[in-house]
Amino acid sequence: MTGQPALAVEATGLQKSFGDTRAVAGIDLAVPAGAIYGVLGPNGAGKTTTIRMLATLVRPDAGRARVLGHDVVTEGDAVRGLVSLTGQLASVDEELTGRENLVLIGRLLGHRRPAARARADELLEAFGVAAAAGKLVKHWSGGMRRRLDIAASLVVTPQLVFLDEPTTGLDPRSRNQVWEIARALVAEGTTILLCTQYLEEADQLADGIVVIDHGRVIAEGTPGQLKASVGTGALHVRLVDPARRAEAARVLESLVGPVALEPDPAALSATCADARRAAIGMGELGRAGVGIADFSLGRPSLDEVFLALTGHPARTGPAAGEEPAATLEEQAS
Amino acid sequence: MSTTTTPGAADAAAVRRAIASAARPPRPGALSTALAFGWRGVLKIKHVPEQLIDVTATPVLFLLMFTYLFGGALAGSTAAYLDYVLPGVLVMSVVFTTVYSGVALNTDLTKGVVDRFRSLPIRRSAPLLGALLGDSVRYVLAGTVVLGFGLVLGYRPDGGVLGAVCALALVVVFSFGLSWVFTVVGLVLRSPTAVLNGGFLVLFPVTFLSNVFVDPATLPGPLRAFVAVNPISVLATAARSLVDGRPDGTAIVVSLAVAAALAAVFLPVTTRLYRSR
Ligand SMILES: Nc1ncnc2c1ncn2[C@@H]1O[C@H](COP(=O)(O)OP(=O)(O)O)[C@@H](O)[C@H]1O
Ligand SMILES: [Mg+2]
Repeated sequence: MTGQPALAVEATGLQKSFGDTRAVAGIDLAVPAGAIYGVLGPNGAGKTTTIRMLATLVRPDAGRARVLGHDVVTEGDAVRGLVSLTGQLASVDEELTGRENLVLIGRLLGHRRPAARARADELLEAFGVAAAAGKLVKHWSGGMRRRLDIAASLVVTPQLVFLDEPTTGLDPRSRNQVWEIARALVAEGTTILLCTQYLEEADQLADGIVVIDHGRVIAEGTPGQLKASVGTGALHVRLVDPARRAEAARVLESLVGPVALEPDPAALSATCADARRAAIGMGELGRAGVGIADFSLGRPSLDEVFLALTGHPARTGPAAGEEPAATLEEQAS
Repeated sequence: MSTTTTPGAADAAAVRRAIASAARPPRPGALSTALAFGWRGVLKIKHVPEQLIDVTATPVLFLLMFTYLFGGALAGSTAAYLDYVLPGVLVMSVVFTTVYSGVALNTDLTKGVVDRFRSLPIRRSAPLLGALLGDSVRYVLAGTVVLGFGLVLGYRPDGGVLGAVCALALVVVFSFGLSWVFTVVGLVLRSPTAVLNGGFLVLFPVTFLSNVFVDPATLPGPLRAFVAVNPISVLATAARSLVDGRPDGTAIVVSLAVAAALAAVFLPVTTRLYRSR
């Protein structure tokens, strides 16, 4: 393999509209090679459209992008030879078995039938779906389908993998498995461009994050930088007696920072620039005899970052009930 | 199989080994990718034979119903009617199957699997051409089922095996042409069900307003005129002439020309729509 350019993806001014909808309204990206780069944004932000332009499935209306040194419009074929896409919809064939899916991809990539079969079996085993390999994928659980989908992206090792919301709708156990696979990929030198609307996922996996909303980049940096850019952490306090919350709020407001009352009638939080002032505030509450059930001092979560950047909250976790009944998963165990 | 990790779980170390050990084969040629897609089509017939049953059950049902209910009245005897109607039902059966080319394409598009194909380093039209290969197997099976049923019912055409094979081949070639109409429908309509319903909404009247079931001699004038120019009639006439061992050159050439014209118009539309989806 020839040496990769330092930037796996370099995009400037990418735009794409569908009728009146400006799906992507001018996005710049610089994705370093060999790491996981997160594209974080709420539903409809333009993540999928961006990824589809980079994977040469959609032609940009304006702007340019180079993927692994090749232009996505003029050298589409070269790009396709180096990348893999695991789409937002499971991009496997439900009416084939898991094994047939991987054999098909192997053959389409140029393997002869025996080599394609051997590769399929190796991947099925590694991804923990060998037990269901001969069953039609439509009978597989969501978590197993996702793993098969990612395996299909690795039949021939790509230099760059696009993962579009790989854990949306998965239960926590399946989600952790997908995360582990993503980490294994990067450890072997593959670059991952990960689209997600889960802040926790970007925080867990990504080395760099770009936050997009309404088709535009609104922030960029490491997870740590993004948190720091919001500036401060927060002191969270829960009182023994909810009746004393107003009094506690006055104390913290004067000694720590702006106070927000939380839905729990005994809880409040204060924005806090430095830890010393939090300690002073807690001391004063103690002197005044306000009973403290518990307290914590945290840096802002990515949720708070997102709220601060966009003015509206992002979804924070998989919605319940999206997972189809995990019938085969149980059988396979 | 590994027993040290949780069964049914991904094994990170094995994943790393699998990634590291991957070989990159040389790029495949156009023929081998088309064959791979054709193999996919055949597997689907194997896994979901209901499609084929759906599509052949209707013609077979009509065959039985028309032969035994109306055969005597329409042609004097059941046996004489069977001779007339069987090639027509062969046409109906294979032509109905073409709707599934559109259904299959639409199904792929509503799932994410087309994105996978399009992100591979293969020609963009490869899935379409490969699907055609798989469809040909479907057409041959649909036609063979009807011919087999005919044999069971006592159908013995004058043209023998050769005539039957030629008739089947002609019908299959015509269906290649027609299938591009339904791939366009499959690319335009929203759901596989819509494609299926839309397809049959057109094909049912077109098949019935042909000479498949009845000799048009007794029809009123305007209707007779339509039946005469209906390509399905021409194809049925051609197929009939082949199974009877007296090939009707004009009908055969017109059938092939219609197929070529349909492909010439709808194949480019299909590829253009497919690229832009
Ligand atoms: N093929 C399409 N036709 C019309 N509108 C589309 C299409 N694809 C995406 N959009 C619209 O573009 C916007 C961005 O969509 P998308 O890129 O899928 O966002 P995300 O992946 O971040 O949820 C949305 O408003 C969506 O409705
Ligand atoms: Mg999306």
